[in-house]
Amino acid sequence: MWHVYNLISIGDQLKASTIRRVQNESSTGTVDSQRVRLTLTITVENIDFDPQGGLLRIRGRIISENRYVKMGTYHTIELESNRNFTLIKPEWDIIALERVNEACDVTKQADVAAVVLHEGLANVCLVTQNMTIVRQRIEHPIPRKRKGSVTNYEKGLQKFFDQVMQSIMRHINFEIVKVVILASPGFVKDQCFEYIFAEAVKQDIRQLIENKSKFVLIHCSSGHKHALQEVLQDPSIQKQLSDTKYAQEVLTLERFFKMLNDEPDRAYYGWDHVRKAGERGAIGTLLLSDELFRAADIPTRKKYIKLVESVRAIGGKVLIFSSLHVSGEQLNQLTGVAAILNFPLPDIEEEEEEEENGQEAVVE
Amino acid sequence: MEALNFDLENTSSSKKVVIQESKLSPKISSKHKRINVLEEYKKRSTNKVALNLVVVGHVDAGKSTLMGHLLYLLGEVNEKTMKKYERDSSKIGKSSFAYAWVLDETGEERSRGITMDVAINKFETEHRRFTLLDAPGHRDFIPNMISGAAQADVAILVVDATTGEFEAGFEANGQTKEHALLIRSLGVQQLIVTINKLDVVNWSQDRYNEIITKLNPFLNQAGFKKDKVVYIPCSGLTGENLLKRSQNILEWYSGPTLIQQIDKFEPPTRLLDKPFRLSVSDFFKGGIGSMGGITVAGKIEAGTIQIGENVMVVPGGEQGVVKGLETNDESSKWAAAGDSILMTLTGLDIIQLKVGSILCSVSHPVPVTSHILAQIIVFDVKVPITKGFPVILHRQSLNEPATITKLVAILDKSTGEIMKKNPRCLPKVSSAIVEIKLNNRPIPLETYKENKELGRIMLRKGGETVAAGIIIDVSKS
Repeated sequence: MWHVYNLISIGDQLKASTIRRVQNESSTGTVDSQRVRLTLTITVENIDFDPQGGLLRIRGRIISENRYVKMGTYHTIELESNRNFTLIKPEWDIIALERVNEACDVTKQADVAAVVLHEGLANVCLVTQNMTIVRQRIEHPIPRKRKGSVTNYEKGLQKFFDQVMQSIMRHINFEIVKVVILASPGFVKDQCFEYIFAEAVKQDIRQLIENKSKFVLIHCSSGHKHALQEVLQDPSIQKQLSDTKYAQEVLTLERFFKMLNDEPDRAYYGWDHVRKAGERGAIGTLLLSDELFRAADIPTRKKYIKLVESVRAIGGKVLIFSSLHVSGEQLNQLTGVAAILNFPLPDIEEEEEEEENGQEAVVE
Repeated sequence: MEALNFDLENTSSSKKVVIQESKLSPKISSKHKRINVLEEYKKRSTNKVALNLVVVGHVDAGKSTLMGHLLYLLGEVNEKTMKKYERDSSKIGKSSFAYAWVLDETGEERSRGITMDVAINKFETEHRRFTLLDAPGHRDFIPNMISGAAQADVAILVVDATTGEFEAGFEANGQTKEHALLIRSLGVQQLIVTINKLDVVNWSQDRYNEIITKLNPFLNQAGFKKDKVVYIPCSGLTGENLLKRSQNILEWYSGPTLIQQIDKFEPPTRLLDKPFRLSVSDFFKGGIGSMGGITVAGKIEAGTIQIGENVMVVPGGEQGVVKGLETNDESSKWAAAGDSILMTLTGLDIIQLKVGSILCSVSHPVPVTSHILAQIIVFDVKVPITKGFPVILHRQSLNEPATITKLVAILDKSTGEIMKKNPRCLPKVSSAIVEIKLNNRPIPLETYKENKELGRIMLRKGGETVAAGIIIDVSKS
């Protein structure tokens, strides 16, 4: 569904089967309404994506008239997986075509469930190829240890683990998920793992006992969602995910930051800087956020597509980050476009400064 | 602090203070007689000044053992309990941990032999009363350590003198450096460095001096003034140089013992005349003793409180009435800034409370915000800080995910002048002004100018502290 969301942009035509409530006014003035299944074609004006339900809501004007509806009225089509639809675009650009290819490639699927937690806070997430979905955020206050009494603390911890366990059973489908990552600082993950399986044996929860081998314990620094990135950088997880796109995204972003530290002249972000580097053919790896390609106006979209093509032409690598992953979120904050250069270009920043100075002079 | 300087005999000026105080906390239920907290505070202070002491250092430096032993020698732990600890710890083959068990009470901590959460205890010296906070040293528990250190006025840094161990703690990945920087950023100015486990290296003076020559430049650079840092050789396990020295050992050392030095800590100035603020580090159902209600633990950051007063929980805005107070295990009718207290509240739903909430005076609530402007000092980081850098923001016990949304300027470290506007990234060990946005929800924060305690923040990422700073401005939302 995520691919579809990225594929459909405003102005496209979409044909799909949908249900519409049709009102009829009879000659006597009584109104009866009935729900009719129709196949409609609309021009897209607005797209909403619900990552929790995996549902797309597309609103637009109807452009094919039939017995029930007039041209030009509005309709909202809901798309779910396994529903057929036809998409007509005024222009299929390279990014869109790649996306279709990628979406059809089943071999690249790898679903991972991850629970990042620290005492009192847990995030139960699903990491798929293209997105990280937080299924549940559990917050449970745990009283601290105090002199002479630790019962409050231990009770609180037990309750917290119980909630985590319930959430795992509710949100994780063990038929799809290949690995369940339990990640935390300190020993919380071990305690939680022990608790879950002690309980599973006690209550005879087959679902958990049979999948015990799928659990992997990883160290991370906190129970916040950010920490997921650390988890996916962990060598033992990287091995399992090595071919997936997400793992590559995480690695590339890390490389970018390292470069920014070691050789700041070889790492740039922001459209202006990257464009200048691109003009000189210096870009080795281009990092882009898919949000840029969802932009409504065609010129912006074209601008970035041209950049992608020019980088590819000189043999550079282009990675398009999914903005629903933690790494993509971070790239989005960095204006959504960044580049690692093949050779240093120290003067880009200076040019910028000169321009700024120039502007300031004008203002003065 | 003007309020504290008044002369007791001068009645006119003391009246002034009373008026000022009643302005701050106008809601008092009629059942209780009003207490002049400031006068009571002054009375108590002439007796023994209360201080909060945090013990920090690298993992396995012997913090808990040192303090456990000190508490035992001071008579805070009775003989019977100590014997029991010795017996039980040797049973699981960890007899050297017996003293640490005084402070490490959960089963997990004892079986693993490390401190995981801050333990709170108390002791008294000749002139001072201390609330002792024993912080965990392991890097995974630094959030707990921050929550403890944020309550502290003064600190003891424990360093392991064993060959190789000091170096391990002092290298880039060790916690000796990080802890020292953290406590300094949290406002601790006075520091005792105990060179621990000297018994293992045969009380070698060379080793003692070697460690000091390595530590001293670093601590000065971190911002500790020379005369505020004192070095003490000792051994937490044998108890040498804690209360007294035996003969023939440490002949080369003539300075004070640990307890004498602890007694010399100077009380910091308290924000008594500011509106009441308490940052919640813990809470649980049930009151002190057999009282009903909810009990909240934390340190009073500013102002004063007494039984019968109303307080407001921020965020949320719910109010509750103070039913009982306890400082250092003794019930009390009032408490003032700097005290670590337990407070029983009624008329409040426990759902309203979170670790990191602020209890404040009803008339002067704390602003709640999700956008702040902060001046930060970047630590020794591996990757530079850029726009969109995700961090975890720590303020006292609170930790919340946040993002650095804008790099406003890099400042000159010594003069504070702007060196570069809108930088692309912040290199390590630089000073800068940045905008920070909270990701999940707004939290109570105050500017450093308003409240020194609540205006300090730490930024951490991936288990490392990347920056510490002070809040310059909060946007009200």
